[in-house]
Amino acid sequence: MIPTIVIFSYLALVLYIGIFAFKRSSKRSGAEDFFLASRSLGPYVFLFSLFGTNMTAFTILGASGHAFNHGIVTYGLMASSSALIIPLTLFFIGTRTWFLGKKYGFMTPVQMFRDRWECRHIGTVIFVAQACFLIPYIIIAVMGGGATFYSISGGIIPFWLGGGIVAVVVTSYVFFGGMRGTAWVNTFQTTLFLGFGGLALYVISLGIGGFDNVINNIADSPTLSSLLTRENVSPLIFFSYTFIPLSSIAFPHIGIFCLTAKKVTQFKKTVIFYPLCILAIWLPCVLLGVVANGLTDSPKIQEKQQAREFLSSSEMPLSINDQKKFQQQMAADDIIPILLKRYAPLWLAGILGAGILAAVMASDSQILALSTMFTEDIFAFYGGKLRFGEVVQVQTGRLFIALITLVAYVVALNLPASIFGLAVQYAFSGYAALFPLLVGALFWKGSTSWGALASTIWAISSVIALAIFQSVFPAPVSSPYIIWSVEGLDVIVRTPGGTTILGFLPVVPMTLISAGLMAGVSLLTKKPSLNTINRYFFNESSMQKTT
Amino acid sequence: MLKKSENFLVIAVLLVYILHQDIWFWNTAKPFFFGFMPIGLFYHVCFSLVASVIMCLLVKHCWPEYLEKEVDDIEHNHLPDSKPQD
Repeated sequence: MIPTIVIFSYLALVLYIGIFAFKRSSKRSGAEDFFLASRSLGPYVFLFSLFGTNMTAFTILGASGHAFNHGIVTYGLMASSSALIIPLTLFFIGTRTWFLGKKYGFMTPVQMFRDRWECRHIGTVIFVAQACFLIPYIIIAVMGGGATFYSISGGIIPFWLGGGIVAVVVTSYVFFGGMRGTAWVNTFQTTLFLGFGGLALYVISLGIGGFDNVINNIADSPTLSSLLTRENVSPLIFFSYTFIPLSSIAFPHIGIFCLTAKKVTQFKKTVIFYPLCILAIWLPCVLLGVVANGLTDSPKIQEKQQAREFLSSSEMPLSINDQKKFQQQMAADDIIPILLKRYAPLWLAGILGAGILAAVMASDSQILALSTMFTEDIFAFYGGKLRFGEVVQVQTGRLFIALITLVAYVVALNLPASIFGLAVQYAFSGYAALFPLLVGALFWKGSTSWGALASTIWAISSVIALAIFQSVFPAPVSSPYIIWSVEGLDVIVRTPGGTTILGFLPVVPMTLISAGLMAGVSLLTKKPSLNTINRYFFNESSMQKTT
Repeated sequence: MLKKSENFLVIAVLLVYILHQDIWFWNTAKPFFFGFMPIGLFYHVCFSLVASVIMCLLVKHCWPEYLEKEVDDIEHNHLPDSKPQD
């Protein structure tokens, strides 16, 4: 009961922050204030809210669950690669996106693409791709809210009610507070879950009497010792994961967030501190996930380990239902709540549960981004703003926020989470395949709208093809099987975790082919006018001299 | 034309990217740093710290200040720049 009360207090505080932001923003009006907080965010709000926007339920729950089953490799796969790549993309692409937004008044990436490549409906195709890849995140956040409430309240608050509460709270502060409310709530939440990791690590470490013995026991166990190395992951797959963080800057909510900074200097702190924030959150999550394997006196942990061992050692083919049953048993996204329940006092479990909920609620920026994209890229672009005015545009944005959350809630109640979990995995690869659009628009004079279209269609079709392929060829229980090989070279292999192409994850060929299409098709098609190109590629050195 | 420091940083970034692929600690868990942290994890913790240092150097030596100055000039002179046409 106590953790549930703490979580409700937390939600009330979040609502208050959002409504407080609404009172401040009500002094100003207009689309730019609602959707971009008048491009006025200061350095710390910008850093924490941008970081919080990138950290979703998958970070705290998914990272520890992945580390439980795959070991320390989780950190190298997902955290340290992001620690380098995401700040680099913010440095090179984020700052330029901010500049162009400030100079030409863009509010979404599609507006920039339309202007840069002098196109109309090709921009709409890019909008559709971005929106389709984003929607699963919103649905999965509602599901995460329901599951977290259910778990922390010990089943008192059912899934439908927990998901509904999270959906109402998020809708309320995004609806009223717009970008300002979202940024402030994100800053508060990021501060909370930055503290969460360290605190959880400390409390659980005290509870089990230090990590040294547990880690040594894992190292001595023949079935668990591989969790402390990376022997179960091939170097090519490890390398492939460095392509995943390219998706971050291609996410529309991150692109839009880059436009909210008051000055470009606000990117400085974000770029420098981003790797440290990643370290502060991911290290405790990965360590706790690995350490949980040594706590064999917990029946829930034992059950997960037995399912994992059975699946990895099973030589007999299993029915699809049995396979799913064991995979669900070994899934460990609830490993931190299990540890907290066992080792943290009740009131602290509540605070830490609120930290988990904070990560789950990171969908607020995605909902707002989708609303911004719809009102700017569709409503305003096709004449709605001219016809009905800016006030109606903001009201349409608010209505869209309520509608999209309602739809996400209804879908979350009626479809299994596994579908959207998979969709999110595909979406990362899809957004990484859209990355060449940003590079082409900002750094290559020769890029054209047709190149962008080819790249976008490739991103959409390759995601769909991958989804169909993986449903036609089900994942093996333990050993990978070859789908296609040429003269002894394994081209396509179906593995328990997905698919590999020439040993790489699909994200690698998807991104490289997308870049190739952008380059090849652009070379063959007509470039935008010189006037437009000059507006994007001015002489930097001459500008530095004149200023 | 890139300055000397910028050239150095481009090489440094590429080098750090390559160093992410640390095949030399692939199958080894020991030594444990601080008594509990396997070397493969410790390496990537250090990698994150190095990434922050690289970002610091990029900000110091390659910061695109002209972007800020250009925007300041536009705001200062109240020059409405051409906006995209819907």
